[in-house]
Amino acid sequence: MKIAIVLIILVVGSVIFHFVSPWYFTPIASNWGTIDDTINITFWVTGIVFVAVNLFLAYAVIRYQKKKNTKAHYEPENKKLELGLTVFTTVGVAIMLAPGLFVWAKFIEVPEDAHVVEAVGQQWQWTFRFPGKDGVLGKTEVAHITPANPFGINPKDPAGRDDILINSNEVHLPKDKPVKVVLRSKDVLHNFAVPQFRVKMDLVPGMVTYVWFTPIKEGSFEILCEELCGLAHHTMRGRVVVDSVEDYQAWLNRQPTFAQTLKVAEGNPEQGKALYAVCGACHGQNGEGNLAMNSPNLTSLPEWYLVRQLEYYKKGIRGAHKDDPLGQQMAAMAGTLANTKSIRDVAAYISTFSDSPADKTVEGDPSSGYSYYVTCGTCHGKEGEGNFGLSAPQLVGQHDWYIKRQLENFKQGIRGKHPDDQFGFQMVLMARVLQDEQAVDDLIAYLNSLNDK
Amino acid sequence: MTHIAIADQPEEELHEPSSFVTKYIWSQDHKVIAIQYSITAIFVGLVALVLSGLMRLQLGFPDSFSFIDPSAYLQFVTMHGMIMVIYLLTALFLGGFGNYLIPLMIGARDMVFPYLNMLSYWVYLLAVIVLMASFFVPGGPTGAGWTLYPPQAILEGTPGAGGGILLMLISLAIFIVAFTMGGLNYVTTVLQARTKGMTLMRMPLSVWGIFIATILGLLAFPALLVSAIMMLLDMTVGTSFFMPAIVSLGEQLDYSGGSPILFQHLFWFFGHPEVYIVALPAFGIVSDVLSVHARKNIFGYRMMVWAIVIIGGLSFIVWAHHMYVSGMNPYFGFFFATTTLIIAVPTALKVYNWVLTLWRGNIHLTTAMLFAIGFIFTFTHGGLTGLFLGNVVIDLPLSDTYFVVAHFHMVMGVSPIMVLFAAIYHWFPKITGKHLHTGLGKAHFWVTFLGTYAIYLPMHYLGFLGVPRRYYAMGSTEFVPDSAQDLNASITVSALIVGVAQLIFIYNVIRSLRKGEKAESNPWGAASLEWQTPDTPPKHGNWGPALPVVYRWAYDYSVPTAKQDFIPQNMSEEEVERVDDSETSSTEGGEDVKNIGDEPVGDNP
Repeated sequence: MKIAIVLIILVVGSVIFHFVSPWYFTPIASNWGTIDDTINITFWVTGIVFVAVNLFLAYAVIRYQKKKNTKAHYEPENKKLELGLTVFTTVGVAIMLAPGLFVWAKFIEVPEDAHVVEAVGQQWQWTFRFPGKDGVLGKTEVAHITPANPFGINPKDPAGRDDILINSNEVHLPKDKPVKVVLRSKDVLHNFAVPQFRVKMDLVPGMVTYVWFTPIKEGSFEILCEELCGLAHHTMRGRVVVDSVEDYQAWLNRQPTFAQTLKVAEGNPEQGKALYAVCGACHGQNGEGNLAMNSPNLTSLPEWYLVRQLEYYKKGIRGAHKDDPLGQQMAAMAGTLANTKSIRDVAAYISTFSDSPADKTVEGDPSSGYSYYVTCGTCHGKEGEGNFGLSAPQLVGQHDWYIKRQLENFKQGIRGKHPDDQFGFQMVLMARVLQDEQAVDDLIAYLNSLNDK
Repeated sequence: MTHIAIADQPEEELHEPSSFVTKYIWSQDHKVIAIQYSITAIFVGLVALVLSGLMRLQLGFPDSFSFIDPSAYLQFVTMHGMIMVIYLLTALFLGGFGNYLIPLMIGARDMVFPYLNMLSYWVYLLAVIVLMASFFVPGGPTGAGWTLYPPQAILEGTPGAGGGILLMLISLAIFIVAFTMGGLNYVTTVLQARTKGMTLMRMPLSVWGIFIATILGLLAFPALLVSAIMMLLDMTVGTSFFMPAIVSLGEQLDYSGGSPILFQHLFWFFGHPEVYIVALPAFGIVSDVLSVHARKNIFGYRMMVWAIVIIGGLSFIVWAHHMYVSGMNPYFGFFFATTTLIIAVPTALKVYNWVLTLWRGNIHLTTAMLFAIGFIFTFTHGGLTGLFLGNVVIDLPLSDTYFVVAHFHMVMGVSPIMVLFAAIYHWFPKITGKHLHTGLGKAHFWVTFLGTYAIYLPMHYLGFLGVPRRYYAMGSTEFVPDSAQDLNASITVSALIVGVAQLIFIYNVIRSLRKGEKAESNPWGAASLEWQTPDTPPKHGNWGPALPVVYRWAYDYSVPTAKQDFIPQNMSEEEVERVDDSETSSTEGGEDVKNIGDEPVGDNP
């Protein structure tokens, strides 16, 4: 008896839960309302069956509970009833399947006027490519992937020269224009998913897949990787910003073509030397850093990392947080560098410094720190040497107090939370693995032991 | 039928055990092997249960447990899934219940290849040991997800990409060897060793479910075996079966030309039938439990048999519904969505027939029956959510979200486990000669049934929201409201309660073995053969001097003309006590009807 009452309560409770649940589909922002319709049809059909079957079950349990001196009914089969139920179920299934297949046919047929954008996945980042003026994406090959050509575009393919490269997790799309997103992976499986657009598709290394949709709402939407892609899978996020056509065009015009990225001038250390004079006041004439001035060691940082951080400071992506007074200082200083050229020059000059030793001020247990570092080392290298391919800077050689402060900043969201901070979000999520100060100290103690090697 | 059944052939040597070692360790008795399989499977299942608890701690209370870093989390996820699906459910249903029930239910003295049967268990144990060893190698077990998708499964950047994945693949290969030895045995036994009168269409549905599931396994596991071997070759000697040219962690690798999607096809060609390898025995067993405890024949037996066969057949042409968003040719979607939804028809008919079996029954709410009724509810729920995911367009928003996790846990986690418990409470008196304690059993049922629903119902809604599965942490994301974290915490609390509640079951088993109420040979008044053995628990050779002869199907309950409310399968027409003509018309029954099948209330624990 109890079980029957519980079944009734569960059925009623489930229905109520469904209607009052605040956790349901996000408001749709694409043309795929038909998917939502198919879901609603399925909900009605399955919901009715769920309620009917279980209430009937509960009723049967109540009505036919064991009674003394009673025998059950003997009825091995009932052909008519069984046939009726088969037909009823088949009809129900057809009602759900038919609209599903109809919508699927639309999903795989990309409209002819759709414009093309390529989303490229790698552990654990997104980048994007537009076909440029000729409307054709240049051919790519894994063998062409180098630091200077991260997209692996064939330099000899003329169609690739005008491709517009978005070396960032954020892409813009115009509102109300159907878009075919061509998907390519450099390493493992990934998945391009935006919950508000409803559709998703895997990125498969060795082949090109696609998904299409029409954004119908302006706004900023998160891209999630939804195919397990390794240790930092959960940090592989990107962003689609849906703009008006004009804003989108203006944004696109600011992005470099492949040809332009190849031509970016190397920094000139000679010219950077003069610019460095300002930096040297805090960071030391040889970039060695200074605890009293809270200035990190620059000699251990790779050039590409220096360039990116200086640009972040200059654009207010880093050092703009109200609780980051030291960052604000640095942001002001970076502001004195006039343009990209001067940033590259000064970074090139800093790269000429020879390595300067790191301070050791933090005490901790390196063996416990090692167990944390296994995670960090996936990107930053087993010896903390950094990895350009993963945009992970070198860690060894840096003053330990500086690393400690940055980890705290990441943990508290003082650093890395700015929407344009491409890799900061990963560090925000990863730094949370270090749950207390002891964990941070242990980790740093391990890094210090790497310094000694 | 012109073949000579084993039953008609002269009896052969029975490998009578002569010492403790041959009786309990190197035993060739199917019942001992069944228990060895079951205990090993339940042990690894407990390991997997603990892993799920750890996983839930991280999801419910992120940033609170410093030993759960992203690697550890993914390793827990992977090992939990693989252990539960292969090493617990497959092994327990087929190696455990298959081994115990097949010979007893079809009236055989043992499996037809007892030595192979013994070997099957020891090879299975080796597979388990190799799997457990991966916890102790440098880098730990693999964290590639239970689907082990390449390329990432064998690349740096995935936890356990060295020894962990190597041992996983080797363990799977060993498991498949063990399964093949056992499986050939079960199939041959069912086909060849049925006793006189036991036609195929008189077999209990438990045997049908196990039989068809074993055939599925024999056809499906080879696909997993070859994919494991191919991946091992990719990993160790540098072939490129599944490996295209890639840049991994900034380095160009030496692979080229392989197809990651090929692995997915092979994996799911195994993986989908695997769902039914677990589900079909559950379908069969629950049918028998419902019928016995409702004192009523299973409704639509022939349809139930054909449904099992049809579901088994269809299960081989639906696999790519796991791959709608994998990047395979999208036109496949039409075919696989259609076959997938068609499979819902025979499955739904089974559900109707279970409920109709209870209708106009005489329902004894024993512990086993409670679990069986719980199964109908959880399976209905899990089956219906499958219609969302099977319908290809609906899979687009829901694939790889918590909706999928909730769905497959309802349908192939909670539901088969409800049946496993129903089966254990049902057959324990036969296996051990002791009753499990009813009060403890019911407490175990209520916490498990309500607790699992409190875990998985809300989890579907996290999926609707779009929360992806296999995420170590969500971080702050605009489309996920903060309340989702509260929901996650409540799911974790429910999961931990359910996990701890399994201790009630273990305590009940141990306690009942030591001082449980003694069971008669047929306490539920069941008609199938295993309850008609001369000894309880059945002795070596099962049947004493003569094999039973079968005269009827296994579901003669409440036959209107019979005095008793069940007629055992081995009772001939002449032996059946009939009621007087005047009483036959009334199903409300004459006063002579014996009420059998009550559960002993039991002493207080």
